[in-house]
Amino acid sequence: MTHQRKTEALVYQLMRGITYFIVFVIAYIILDIFYHGVAVLRWEFLAGYPRKSGAEGGILPAIIGTFCLVLGAIAAALPLGMASAIYLSEYARQGRWVRLLRLAIVTLAGVPSIVFGLFGLGLFVLFMGFGASILAGSLTLACMILPTIIVASEEALRAVPQTLREGSLALGATQWQTIRKNVMPYALPGMLTGSILGIGRAAGETAPILLTAAAFYLPKLPRSIFDQVMALPYHLYILATQHPDAAKVRPMQYGTAFVLLLLVLGMSLGAIVLRSHFRKKYKW
Amino acid sequence: MPRGRFKEGIIRLLLLMAASTSILIVILIFVFLFKEALPFAVHPGLRELWGTRWIPVSFQRSAYGIIPLITGSALVTCLATLIAIPFGVIGAVYLSEVAAAREREILKPFIELLAGIPSVVIGFFGLVVLAPLVKTALGLSSGLTALTGALLLALMAIPTIMSISEDAIQAVPLSYKEASLALGASKLQTIWRITVPAALPGIIAAIMLGMGRVIGETMAVMMVTGNAAIITLNPAESVRTMTATIAAEMGEVAFGSDHYRALFWVGIILLIVTFAINMVAQRVLKKYQLTP
Repeated sequence: MTHQRKTEALVYQLMRGITYFIVFVIAYIILDIFYHGVAVLRWEFLAGYPRKSGAEGGILPAIIGTFCLVLGAIAAALPLGMASAIYLSEYARQGRWVRLLRLAIVTLAGVPSIVFGLFGLGLFVLFMGFGASILAGSLTLACMILPTIIVASEEALRAVPQTLREGSLALGATQWQTIRKNVMPYALPGMLTGSILGIGRAAGETAPILLTAAAFYLPKLPRSIFDQVMALPYHLYILATQHPDAAKVRPMQYGTAFVLLLLVLGMSLGAIVLRSHFRKKYKW
Repeated sequence: MPRGRFKEGIIRLLLLMAASTSILIVILIFVFLFKEALPFAVHPGLRELWGTRWIPVSFQRSAYGIIPLITGSALVTCLATLIAIPFGVIGAVYLSEVAAAREREILKPFIELLAGIPSVVIGFFGLVVLAPLVKTALGLSSGLTALTGALLLALMAIPTIMSISEDAIQAVPLSYKEASLALGASKLQTIWRITVPAALPGIIAAIMLGMGRVIGETMAVMMVTGNAAIITLNPAESVRTMTATIAAEMGEVAFGSDHYRALFWVGIILLIVTFAINMVAQRVLKKYQLTP
């Protein structure tokens, strides 16, 4: 009996070891990039323009470019995704069209990011004639994050108790009035925080903007949505793999990776903290 | 009253239209991929794709054989999945069956954080830290190998495999475990003989979804696999995946050329493979009432 106990304890320790190994690797990656990245972080780096094809200077155009792309993607995907979720959660009855809709959403969620890039190139850049631009890149990213926003928003809507809807309907409100006044106010925080998690992913994606928006080296700020832009993830890729003297510009690479990681993880962490805050506020 | 009902109808219609854009986008993806790819089927013909040499830029004769790209993707994907399975599944079992509640509450979001790290950052880490490590460990002349790519991809597949496997394990009815324990089985015996087998369909679906993510992954793989379009089963050699080929070559290709259209065919194959994997995984999850 004691022998068996010992074996069990050993197996548990082994399982714990395997789990903590993953945790260790994640922590190592994040700390490695933070440690080397912080050393580069100066005002001139954040607010300056790149010089000598990115070997010196700052990354301001890349930061602004990423913000433009993400804001564009939000503007396109958030209203559409939230409306889709409202339809699916509040109106849809089981039927062929709804099954097809769900199939489309699942399919969209599984499309590889580089295929979204090809699609954006074919539709937005060439067919619609936007060229490689903020507009084309944002719309491509929007298509990519749409399923995440729909799924997160629907989950938030379903978490609102049915009694709130029934009470409103029983008092004679129409369905839309019920949704607007009695469902949305409670679901909105969950819809938004769930969506931010998807949007954070968009900020770090390279493959979709590679073919639709990103410029190799463009040391100025964009002036319209039809301009090409630099973007943080693409800038990091270029510095790390295409630069003739990649080892020498390593500090610039770490600095870019650090800012990108901070941006993406900051958004995710913010969303997680907000979500737990709202979950405590509305406990049904 | 009829006015109110009219407005309700309009709103309902607008929401339905918004929801239907997902279907429209899926259709457009297929349409535009095929629109750019199809002329290749007329000239030089689809047989050209079924070759063993991918030499898109050549002074004599270009070759667009995608077999080396497919074997490259397959090698990296299989290796990555094999590496990720023990970590993902054992991690899931540990978190849901062994770990204390507090421990779980801290570890779970931390590991999910991994899914949020941009792939280009993971690729950069692989290039700077992992590749030299692989190079010295195996005594190679370059650390940019299929194995390096597979290790990074395994890391990216782990959160997917882990969180869906965990849901599957949690969904095993408590009565199964209670019955096993009541019959005198130990906790460990119950975990491996009852809980995990009962959750197996969900775990397999989780592994497939992780695989789907790995096949489609582009940046990390492009940065560390060396991108040599050769047919090999040796993890210590450099390979070129389908995703990396598109990403690396599309920027330099002349629009409308054979090379350009061949790259769209690579995209179509990629889309169909990931679509098939995801569909099977969804079927399994749905059958067992799990949502990813």
